[in-house]
Amino acid sequence: MILQRTLTRLLTMIATLFGVAVVVFVVIRVAPGDPISMMLPPGASQADIDRLRALYGLDKSLVEQFVIWLTGVVHGDFGTSISLRQNVLGLVLGRLPATLELSIFALLIALAVGLPLAVLGARERGTAVEAGIDVANGVALSIPDFLWGLVLILLFGVLMPVFEISGRVSPQLDLPFTTNFYLFESIVRLRFDLTANLLGHMFMPALALALPLAAIIAQLLKQSLKELLTLDYMVLARVKGFSETQVILREGLKNAALPTLTLVGVQFTFLIGGTVIVERLFSYEGLGNMAIDAVVNRDLPLIQGIVLVFALLFVVINLVVDMAYALLNPRLRHG
Amino acid sequence: MVEARALPRRTNPRLWLAGGWLLVILLAAIFAPLVAPHDPLAQDLMLERLPPFWVTGAEPGYWLGTDSLGRDLLSRLIYGGRIAFAVAFAAAIAACLVGSALGLVAGYFGGWADRIVSRIVDIWMAFPPVLFAILLVAVLGTGLSSVIIAIAVIDWTRFCRVVRAEAMSQARMDYVENARIAGFGRLDIMLREVLPNVLPTIIALLSLEMGIAVIVEAILSFVNLSISTDDPTWGGMIAEGRLSIHQAWWVLVFPLIMLILTVLSFSQFGEGLKSRFDPVLR
Amino acid sequence: MSAPCLEIEGLSATLANGVRVLRSVSLTVEPGEVRALVGESGAGKSMIGKAVLGVLPPSIRVVEGRIALEGTELGKLAPRASRALIGARTALIPQDPLTALNPSRRIGPQMTDRLVKILGWDGTKADQRIRKLLDDVRIREPDRVLRSYPHELSGGMRQRVLIAAAFAAEPRLIVADEPTTALDVTVQKQILRLIVELQREHGTAILFVTHDLGVVAKISQKVTVLYAGKVVEQADTAALFASPQHPYTRALMAATPRYTDPMASLRPVDEAVLAGLSAEIATADRNWKPNARGSGHD
Repeated sequence: MILQRTLTRLLTMIATLFGVAVVVFVVIRVAPGDPISMMLPPGASQADIDRLRALYGLDKSLVEQFVIWLTGVVHGDFGTSISLRQNVLGLVLGRLPATLELSIFALLIALAVGLPLAVLGARERGTAVEAGIDVANGVALSIPDFLWGLVLILLFGVLMPVFEISGRVSPQLDLPFTTNFYLFESIVRLRFDLTANLLGHMFMPALALALPLAAIIAQLLKQSLKELLTLDYMVLARVKGFSETQVILREGLKNAALPTLTLVGVQFTFLIGGTVIVERLFSYEGLGNMAIDAVVNRDLPLIQGIVLVFALLFVVINLVVDMAYALLNPRLRHG
Repeated sequence: MVEARALPRRTNPRLWLAGGWLLVILLAAIFAPLVAPHDPLAQDLMLERLPPFWVTGAEPGYWLGTDSLGRDLLSRLIYGGRIAFAVAFAAAIAACLVGSALGLVAGYFGGWADRIVSRIVDIWMAFPPVLFAILLVAVLGTGLSSVIIAIAVIDWTRFCRVVRAEAMSQARMDYVENARIAGFGRLDIMLREVLPNVLPTIIALLSLEMGIAVIVEAILSFVNLSISTDDPTWGGMIAEGRLSIHQAWWVLVFPLIMLILTVLSFSQFGEGLKSRFDPVLR
Repeated sequence: MSAPCLEIEGLSATLANGVRVLRSVSLTVEPGEVRALVGESGAGKSMIGKAVLGVLPPSIRVVEGRIALEGTELGKLAPRASRALIGARTALIPQDPLTALNPSRRIGPQMTDRLVKILGWDGTKADQRIRKLLDDVRIREPDRVLRSYPHELSGGMRQRVLIAAAFAAEPRLIVADEPTTALDVTVQKQILRLIVELQREHGTAILFVTHDLGVVAKISQKVTVLYAGKVVEQADTAALFASPQHPYTRALMAATPRYTDPMASLRPVDEAVLAGLSAEIATADRNWKPNARGSGHD
């Protein structure tokens, strides 16, 4: 049953990616405005325009262009960036690690803040502590990552300048890295001075991304814990003499984990979507920052490549969450 | 249970506070030429980066100070509210109409309609929304209508997903079956029996979406893609403030406060309206 | 002789996977008569009611048989015409009065909707009609009730409202789908009495779906006993209680304490009887083929 489910999900995933590819392609090309004239400085000659048009295959029909591009993509060839004159795949893979590290760090912060708050709120249900957590959650949730980023820049970049608010790593440092997973590699190479520098840069944007997610985790997990706590076996555990916190941690978390997992999966994709603007805000050299440059420079091949990579990331995360859910859920496992 | 719900209605401070704030800035935006102390576009390099009134060095009449071109911040905030509200109302209503209609049809009719709509929503959800918005505005060309179209094109799925799920659970209710037996048509039932039950949710979402639209407009202005760069927008002010943050913090702080209060108000106002409109909760 | 109010002949239905849920059910309801449809839960009683009213869930397919309202066969009509006929001639008294009323609409418009929008009455006439019926079901403050939302009324009040609404358009046939199951025991009796009273006054035929033999004895003239989607016995109510013919009927009665030994606690239906029935049904299923013409029901 899990196999069949996975297969269906895989097919849906491919269909979704195909749909994304079609939409980006159509949006970029059918919309008013000629991409070539946008690429060239004003006053370029007709010959220049035609030459460029042929170079990027824009003289062919839309369907032909799409087939050519898609064939390339299937073979791992995303084309050449117009503004950076480099292979799109290479550019994207060069930036992706920075965005992945930022997103995962943000996810860890969100879990580290959200989980304890949920347990605390469930234990102190009905008290002022819970009410306080609810208010904090409400505020954290309503304010999007973009605004949190600005607030953090003001608080910790200007008022109390303790964290870096620009870039991924101090530019004067010598980086001995062979991959672009700087943070990961700095830990593996035991260069903790670099780890600290990287984290110092990453903390502010990651926190901006993490706060709304932390609030969602705290709110939903608290709610499911509170519902679980009224069930008989929880009451039973309490009668057996376990403390409230023990009951929540031993019996509650295990059962509340599944719905939270599904939610965190979906929300994590939203968080990654948020990196686009947050990276811009903190001049963090990730995929999202490059994406905005690509749009501003009308770099069609690069835009297509980046959007497709984001979409791939999203559907893979959803697939993983879905499979994890199926594996962890005892009712589905034996069904 | 029913009796407990029928307790005297609590006055809802968040509804009034949030609604009050929104009303104030809406009125200020509408009557901007009367309210604003200065021309929001007037530059005066003699008056650049004046601090707000309580800081030494402030100039009387420039309550919140000026930016690096010597433009009055308070006037720019008031005029910026015009664009923020125009985008909020137009984009949110457009997204709401499209998304709710598709969600209602998909959820109530099911079958093929549902399959097609759900597939499209899946595809839309695989786009990073901010990047999608930036891309659309870049393609459509900057300007108020482009921003509105971009937000509506991206955010209709928010309405669609929620309304679809609600309509689906409504469609299984006995009163829907009763209306079938009585001989009402499907479209009739959808509008008369299902829609009123989904409406409180739609209203809450609509208000929430207005807040989101304000933010997206600010983001677009921030990356310099919204309206023309001269028009005062909160996002444009923030972009300017981000650059001069170490010289003049107030250029960033005031538009940021405006945005935060406005977004919070829209979401709280929506929640308040929802409980107000829901006969079961009322 | 005129056509029966409702005639079901050889009705069979299956789930999407081909499992049979109704097995050649035949029954008739004569004008003005109350026929009880009795069986355990899962026997398919409610499904028959839904089939008559044309609201079977999409997962269930009618594969053969015919349903006729006052001599008009529904399967032969276009869907629209069949809906119109069902709408004009029938009504439903539902099981759960809470979910059968739309929580976001006031009672008044919910009751008059059908009279005005479907039957084309004018507003005042519909209003008068509804008030008359609210009076019949002993609702003393019609103004307040008509302005209320469903959650502001008690379960018994809601069911009265639904009964009044069912009789309002003078249907020939009412399907009552376990109308008292969701109510308190004390309210149940009043509601039953109201249904019987209105039924006599209006001369409406009722197909009364229930699992409660006590209710059957109180209100019906005829009984159909159903087991696993199959009719096991049909008779006059009095005759059935006097001398049940089928072993399953006897077992069902034995399982209802007040008709035999009031001291005995609730007993399950005798297993040997069930085993025999199941074997019989299995044999029938093996030999059963849906006939080619009977599937034009949706």
